Amino acid sequence: MKQTPAGKPLPPMADMWYRLRRNRAAMFGLGMIVIFILAALAGIVFIDDAAVFETNPDARLQSPSSEHIFGTDDMGRDLFLRVIYGARYSLTFGIVCTLFSLIFGAVLGASAAFFGGRVDSAITFVLDAVICIPNTLLSLSLVAVLGLGFCNLMIAITVSSIPSFARIIRSIVLSVVGQEYIEAARAIGVSSARTIFVHVLPNAIGLIIVNAAMNVSGLIMSAAGLSFIGMGIQPPAPEWGAMLSDSLKYMRTYPHIVIFPGLAIVLTALSFNLLGDGLSEALDPRMKE
Amino acid sequence: MSNSGTVLVETIGLKKHFPAGKRKLHAVDGVDLRIERGSTLGVVGESGCGKTTLGRTILGLLPATDGKILFEGRDVTHCDKKQFKAMRREMQIIFQDPYSSINPRHSIKKTIAEPLLVNGIIRDRHQREERVRELMETVGLARRLENSYPHELDGGRRQRVGIARALAVNPKFIVCDEPVSALDVSVQAQVLNLLMDLQQQLGLTYLFITHDLSVVRHISTEIAVMYLGQCIERGPAKELFRSPLHPYTRALISAIPIPSAKARETKTEVIHGELTSPIDPQPGCRFAARCPQAGPRCTGRDLPLRDMGGGRHVACVLYGE
Repeated sequence: MKQTPAGKPLPPMADMWYRLRRNRAAMFGLGMIVIFILAALAGIVFIDDAAVFETNPDARLQSPSSEHIFGTDDMGRDLFLRVIYGARYSLTFGIVCTLFSLIFGAVLGASAAFFGGRVDSAITFVLDAVICIPNTLLSLSLVAVLGLGFCNLMIAITVSSIPSFARIIRSIVLSVVGQEYIEAARAIGVSSARTIFVHVLPNAIGLIIVNAAMNVSGLIMSAAGLSFIGMGIQPPAPEWGAMLSDSLKYMRTYPHIVIFPGLAIVLTALSFNLLGDGLSEALDPRMKE
Repeated sequence: MSNSGTVLVETIGLKKHFPAGKRKLHAVDGVDLRIERGSTLGVVGESGCGKTTLGRTILGLLPATDGKILFEGRDVTHCDKKQFKAMRREMQIIFQDPYSSINPRHSIKKTIAEPLLVNGIIRDRHQREERVRELMETVGLARRLENSYPHELDGGRRQRVGIARALAVNPKFIVCDEPVSALDVSVQAQVLNLLMDLQQQLGLTYLFITHDLSVVRHISTEIAVMYLGQCIERGPAKELFRSPLHPYTRALISAIPIPSAKARETKTEVIHGELTSPIDPQPGCRFAARCPQAGPRCTGRDLPLRDMGGGRHVACVLYGE
C-alpha cells in the first residue's frame, strides 16, 4: 500500500487511483475516452449540421488530404467531421444506457440479494428467462415493437442489458452481505438502511463500477451493430455503424470510408475495456504491494 | 457455584431448526442453560455441533424455533424491532474472525464509534471521539491507531477493535464466539487475559464459545458440553475437568495433550466415527452411535439433563435412572 510522506495510508479511492495511474493500458483507455468525449462536445459546439448532412457531388470519394483529413464519402461529405459528429451517438448510448441499466440492475439485483427467499427466486427466475434470449435478438425485437428512433434504440439497448447487470450486482451484493461485518452491524443495532448505504454499498461499489465500465464497450458495439443492420440510427445521420453499412460497397475501391468509422468503433470499445480491466486490477486487494 | 447467585441469562428448551429441503436441520435442539451474573459459561463441542447457532439465537440475531430465552428474568425470545434494538445495548457479540468482522473501509475510530452513534448513546461528535479513545485505552489499543484501517493491524489488534466495539454500548452480556481461535497462540493469551480483566472491571457476563479445551478451562466458571445441538453435560469448570461424567466429555478431556514425559503412558480414549447427521435426528442419545458404552437404553427416547448435585448435570443413562 502506498504511504504518504506522513505515513498515513491513502483512503481507498485515492489508493485505487494511484494504482490505476501506473497501469499504462488503463491510462491509454482513459485518455482515449477523454479525447472522444472532448471530440463529441467539440462536435456539438463547432460543427454545424450542414457540413455533415449536405451532399457535395463535386467532392465525392476523395482520399485523405490536407483539406479533408479523413477524405470524403460517396456523397462528398467530410468524413472527419462525420466521425467526430457521430461520437455523440456512440458515447451517449454507451454511457447513458449503462447508467440506466445500472440503476435498474442495481435495484433488481440488490433486492434479490438482500431479501433472499421468494423475492430472490422470483427475480432470478425472470432474469434467467430473459437472459435466454440473445441480447441482439432482444433489442431487435424491442426496436421492432417500439419503432425506429434514437430514444427507442436507447430503451431497447438498456432493457436488453439489464438482466446480465442485475445478475452481476446480485452476486456482488451477496458476497458482501455474507461477510461477518454485516452481521456485526446488525448485532450493534445498525438499521437496515444504514447497513445498506454505509456497509454494503461502499464495499460493493468498486466491483460494480468495474462491471459498468466493461459494459459500456459492449453497449457501444450493440448500438453500432443495430445501426449497421438498419435497426438503429438511420442515415444520413453519421452514426458509426450506419456509416459502415452505408459505405460497404466502396470497401474495395475506397477503403478509407470504411476504415475511419470502423476504427472509431473499435477504439472507443477498446478504451472502455482497457479502463475496465485496469479498474478491476486496481481494485483487487491481492494486487496491492 | 450455587444457584443462589442471580441468573442473568437463561434458556429453556431452546431450539433452532433450519429448513434443509423438506427436512429440518436441528442445529440447536432443546438446550437449557443458566448463566450467573458476572460468570463465564464456556460452551465446547466439535465443529457443527451448534455452538455458534446457540450464541446467535440467544442474541436474537437468529429467531428461535422453540423454547425461551430469559434475560434478567424477562422473556426476550420473540422481540419486535424496538425490543431487538433495545437489547443491542444489553447483549453484544465478539466474532471469531477479526479479519471479516470489521468493515475494511472504515477506520478504527469509525468502527468503534458506530454503536455509540446508531444507538444514540452519545450524540455529540467530540464526546463520542473522547469515548472512543477511552475504549481504545480500555482494550489496550494505542491512540495513534485511531485513524488506521483494519488491514494495517494484526489479528490481535483487530480483535481488540472488535472487543472495543462490543463494549461501546456498555453491555451486560457478551457472546464470545471463538474470539481467539483465529489468532496466533502468543496473541491468544493476551486477548484471553484482556477478556478476563474486562470481566472483572466491568462485571461482564460471558457466553464463551470455543472448541479449544485449554482455552475454555482457562476462562470459564462453568462449562457446557454440546453434541449435535444438545447440551450433554454441564457443570463447574474445575469439577468437570477433574471428573468428567459423560463418555463424550471423558473422551474430549483425555484428548488434551499433556506436556509431560510421563504422560506418554496415559491412555487416550479415542472417539471413532464422525458426527452423525443433524438433519431430522432420531430420538435418543445423539452420541450413542460413537459411544463405547452405548446400550439399548440409549436410543428410542431423548435423555433429559439430570441433576447430579453440586451444580453438575449430565444427560447419560450411565448416571441414575
